[in-house]
Amino acid sequence: MYAQMVDTGANKLRALEDMGPEERAFQERVDADVKIEPKDWMPEAYRKTLIRQISQHAHSEIVGMLPEGNWITRAPSLKRKAILMAKVQDEAGHGLYLYAAAETLGVSRDQLVADLHAGKAKYSSIFNYPTLTWADIGAIGWLVDGAAIMNQIPLCRCSFGPYSRAMIRVCKEESFHQRQGFDIMMTLCRGSAEQKAMAQDALNRWWWPSLMMFGPPDAVSNDELRQRFVDQTVPQADYLGITMPDPELKWNAERGHYDFGPIDWDELYNVVKGNGPCNRDRLQTRVKAWEEGAWVREAALAYAEKRAARAQKAA
Amino acid sequence: MTEDRRVFDYLLRLADSDLVLAQRLGEWVGHGPVLEEDIALTNVGLDLLGQARLWFAYAGEVEARFAEAGRSEDALAFLRDSGEFRNLLLVEQPNGNYADTMARQFYFDVWHQLLLVKLAHSRDPRIAEIAVKAEKEVVYHAERSADWIIRLGDGTDESHARIQAAIDDLWMYTGEMFDPDEIDTPLAEEGIGCDLRALEPAWREAVGSVLDEATLTLPGGTWMQRGGKKGVHTEHLGHMLATMQWLPRTYRGAEW
Amino acid sequence: MERSEWPLWEIFIRSQHGLAHKHVGSLHAPDPEMAIKNARDVYTRRNEGVSIWAVRSADVTATAPGEKGPLFEPANSKIYRHPTFFPMPDEVKHI
Repeated sequence: MYAQMVDTGANKLRALEDMGPEERAFQERVDADVKIEPKDWMPEAYRKTLIRQISQHAHSEIVGMLPEGNWITRAPSLKRKAILMAKVQDEAGHGLYLYAAAETLGVSRDQLVADLHAGKAKYSSIFNYPTLTWADIGAIGWLVDGAAIMNQIPLCRCSFGPYSRAMIRVCKEESFHQRQGFDIMMTLCRGSAEQKAMAQDALNRWWWPSLMMFGPPDAVSNDELRQRFVDQTVPQADYLGITMPDPELKWNAERGHYDFGPIDWDELYNVVKGNGPCNRDRLQTRVKAWEEGAWVREAALAYAEKRAARAQKAA
Repeated sequence: MTEDRRVFDYLLRLADSDLVLAQRLGEWVGHGPVLEEDIALTNVGLDLLGQARLWFAYAGEVEARFAEAGRSEDALAFLRDSGEFRNLLLVEQPNGNYADTMARQFYFDVWHQLLLVKLAHSRDPRIAEIAVKAEKEVVYHAERSADWIIRLGDGTDESHARIQAAIDDLWMYTGEMFDPDEIDTPLAEEGIGCDLRALEPAWREAVGSVLDEATLTLPGGTWMQRGGKKGVHTEHLGHMLATMQWLPRTYRGAEW
Repeated sequence: MERSEWPLWEIFIRSQHGLAHKHVGSLHAPDPEMAIKNARDVYTRRNEGVSIWAVRSADVTATAPGEKGPLFEPANSKIYRHPTFFPMPDEVKHI
């Protein structure tokens, strides 16, 4: 579903003339929009940044399955159940594509997963918030996927070939995710007063964390994307007839943008640090699934080895 | 009982087994032993859920022939209590560990495929049409679950012990699949349903040969639990329905 | 103690449009049959394919980046292999 604060690390730190021939060739390819492939020479910092960012993105997909998976067994109609299962399954697929992109750099998926489980690797903080009602599934699709899509589209043009190709696939498959979320919100807002209240409550809880997904205001591009997200989302909320939980939100005709209130960065930093409502649950759930699956993974491998040995003996 | 009522009840059996198993597989999403398996198992769940919806849709049409109105798929899925559910006891059994889930899936898939092959020739064209579509999906389910039985059985000592235990534990829920009642029998005679007893030899042979390859033993027990078709379930179904049905029952009449 | 990871496989899919098998990505699987089945579940969720190849990543022989010049540049000089090398008069159609 989502990538937070990812850049490819291919920023020019030095002038071309200060670089060695390999680095220079690398930089010229990046500048000419030629993709860097796994076996190409690359600066160590570039490789490290890629591994960290791609795996962080992959972890976010996998951990991101949990808050939505939380509602598969309780989805209120068979149609919604099928859509939600397909969506959460897509996220597993996206995690898989992304792990595979990281693996081209010579790191194993097991190692990346071990880093996640040890708390050494990060994933998107948004998934440390709980899904308390069915409307949260709508709000996640509408807001969280909406914000994620804005963050992700530039990654399709990323300089590293495998990451770029994985992201093209992810973005293509994800096109229905945001719409299904908005569709849930629309149905709730056209429904009973109780349902509409459910939608409003979900917006109240997910709005600010969604804005935080664009990252701290230290990069101009973060704020630009955030502003674009606010500008496109506010009219959608108006259409639904629900209100952003921000008394300072208003149209600024002079700027041609919506002004909005201050973001509580203290909250974001705390959630990032592990103090969010679900940090511990999410990680424990992943660790449990992994540990309880160990004997299954081992069995399949043992069978493959036995079979290979038998085939060799027969030959 | 009129023929339409019989067909309605029969369709609920097909739909409910699919739905209940899909619901169980839905519990696995995000918790599988490896990412690839998470995705694969969800595909099976999605197939079964899709099949349940087709059976429910037709059940609603048939119901309209003898009742004031036919119920929607959601009314049938979310507003019946456990006593009205007609699924096999096998599919409502909890997920347990991965061996329990695979053993349950394997027993069901082999039977499901044999059943659908027969129903593909049903004299009721709608049943035949749905069965043809479903059978294509179920062939794959049966291959996958057999693959896993073999890998777990002939894998490590631990996996062998776990899968044998699961195969043994679930055995008593398999008899119901071949046990015709006063709905199955007339429908089989009319060429609408199928002769359940006739499925048993082929099922035993298919299950037996996979268990053989998996170095596992076919259980010998003869005492079988039954009741699913009559709405007499194990304790597990009530809990599942409490979770599954809670939202539409709390907000009656709401659209989602 | 857990053994090593399931091996990595490269997946190639031929789409319905009759084009050649195309690399779509990778996945982990314990053996060839499971690699094919996993590929079906991971990479054809949206009807993408009619045929799947799975190749162990370790078995792929690839060009080394350093070979780019010697391997591919000679082809650049054989421009007569391309139809646009032969200009045709505008009056001549369908060729």
